[in-house]
Amino acid sequence: MHPSPDPLPRIRAARRRDLLFATAALVVLFIASLVLFGLILDLVVRGAPHLDADFFTNYPSRRPSRAGILPAWVGTTLVMLVVAVLAIPLGVGAGIYLEEYARRNWLNDVIEINITNLAGVPSIIYGLLALGLFVHGVGLGESILTAGLTLALLILPIIVVATREALRALPREMREGAFALGADRWQTVALFLLPAARPGILTGIIVGLSRAIGETAPVITIGALTFIAFLPPPPITAEFPWISFDWLWSPFTVLPIQMFNWTSRPQPAFHELAAAAGVVLLVMTLAMNALAIYVRYRARRLLG
Amino acid sequence: MQRARTLGLVLAGALAAAASAAWAAGDGDIVRIDGSSTVYPITEAVAEEFQIKYRGKYRVTVGISGTGGGFRKFCRGDIDINDASRPIRGPEREACAAAGIRYLELPVAMDALTVVVNPQNDWVDCLTVEDLRRIWEPAAQGRITRWNQVRPDWPDRPLNLYAPGVDSGTYDYFTEAVMGEAGASRGDYTASEDDNVLVQGVASDPNALGFFGLAYYVENRDRLKAVKIRNPRTGACVEPSVETARAGDYAPLARPLFIYVNPERLDTKPAVAAFVDTYLDAELVVGLVQEVGYVPLPEEGYALAQAKVKARRTGTAFHEEGAGIGLSIEELLRAETVD
Repeated sequence: MHPSPDPLPRIRAARRRDLLFATAALVVLFIASLVLFGLILDLVVRGAPHLDADFFTNYPSRRPSRAGILPAWVGTTLVMLVVAVLAIPLGVGAGIYLEEYARRNWLNDVIEINITNLAGVPSIIYGLLALGLFVHGVGLGESILTAGLTLALLILPIIVVATREALRALPREMREGAFALGADRWQTVALFLLPAARPGILTGIIVGLSRAIGETAPVITIGALTFIAFLPPPPITAEFPWISFDWLWSPFTVLPIQMFNWTSRPQPAFHELAAAAGVVLLVMTLAMNALAIYVRYRARRLLG
Repeated sequence: MQRARTLGLVLAGALAAAASAAWAAGDGDIVRIDGSSTVYPITEAVAEEFQIKYRGKYRVTVGISGTGGGFRKFCRGDIDINDASRPIRGPEREACAAAGIRYLELPVAMDALTVVVNPQNDWVDCLTVEDLRRIWEPAAQGRITRWNQVRPDWPDRPLNLYAPGVDSGTYDYFTEAVMGEAGASRGDYTASEDDNVLVQGVASDPNALGFFGLAYYVENRDRLKAVKIRNPRTGACVEPSVETARAGDYAPLARPLFIYVNPERLDTKPAVAAFVDTYLDAELVVGLVQEVGYVPLPEEGYALAQAKVKARRTGTAFHEEGAGIGLSIEELLRAETVD
């Protein structure tokens, strides 16, 4: 093959292909965002008129005008609190162990393959596992704690994998430099690697928590309720020791279940309430992510 | 150092939490209900009124695990009341018997299964049970695919079927009433667990025929046409409505909806007794049932149910093949029951 005497036509052709591809990619992006914005807009337009103070402070009701999401948003908040407290330290810890401490042998290979596969297991399977293990086996009942444990299990693989990817992406020199200065393995991880890997780990945490907050199937399987007109006991009490963990054992409902129930009702007014609850769920997810993004931004600035 | 302290705090918290686990056990003032999502709107309405009446004294929780899932919990003793859109079945009765759990079978309302077509359909007005059987029987699969195959004077147009999925009580009851066997039907139809999807399907397809609960038709009257059903006893074509179902004229597609109550809990938990009282208070419940789109029991029904509770007449009227099917609500409540 001889190169063509004049390279210009080929360069022009390549540029045209580039332009064509960029245009196609833009069109795809445009269509995808259009669909997403269309859905969100539809949700907001239908739901917004119902978003008043009563909606947040009322219990569910047969009358759409009186129905609210108080137990649902409180339940979602508490469940997500349990999920975050359990899944983040466990997931990040397991990721650090597998990436920095574990030797390469067949056992660790098996663990690695399983964790990667677990990230793709349908959520209902986790619900069935939790029903047998937590609800009946351990006897935790149909409680906020059970839901938190279940959803934490569900997102654990996501956080583990993200932590490992983030650590793996760090340059070798970083570890070697730390060792050369006389740091031991734990000091290397805690003082150098973790801060540098924080942005990647936080992305994994965001993805995981966002998945957990929208799950319905496993939460229904473990026996979350639909009608519940009282709140879990408050975490702060008037008597010593002022902090109470009774709420962990309380029955509960979450926003996706309330939405699911409302969309299946015949009356159109309930469908609008479901849209309003959808807006609240979106805002809660965004708020949670905004917090993580803010932390990530701080971490990047400290490193920069 | 700071990390170690945080860890200590978390551990202390976990211990405190474990210590308070005992608290949740004493719940005599809570009524635990689970079961059918079809019955759920009625139970929700009653629970709402109940909690207003007994503010702060008694509490109610209602889940939607489905009739079958609810019976599993009921027969383990996890819940006090099960919402059921169909009568208890053989294996469920055995599970309850094995656990020593008895049950009161109480009809609380009815639903009129409504057969609907597209408003553009001007050839169907009234269907007989035989017509429905010809359309839906298992042997019709792949064979009865055009309207004129059901009745020759109907147009030569495709027949598109829409119905709830096989797990729903609505499907169970329809097949039982039309084919004589629960779960026997053709499989080549558009199925959805969400009745709103079926409404959408029939409303946008001029060749459609489907069925679902009355409330989904009532809310979509402008987009659907309800078909009259010929009552096999009287021979009259009857329109589905609250009135015709309540009077017993809309047969055989009016089905009872039940709550199953654990009689032991009636005696040991005052909250359960008070809740069942409220549920069977005709003055309150007739209005509530209509408000959520279902058909109240006939006048006498709630009084008969109260009497059944008072006498603690446990067991089911559907104790053998065919028993209980096609009975009016009054007959059902007076029928002999077997545990």
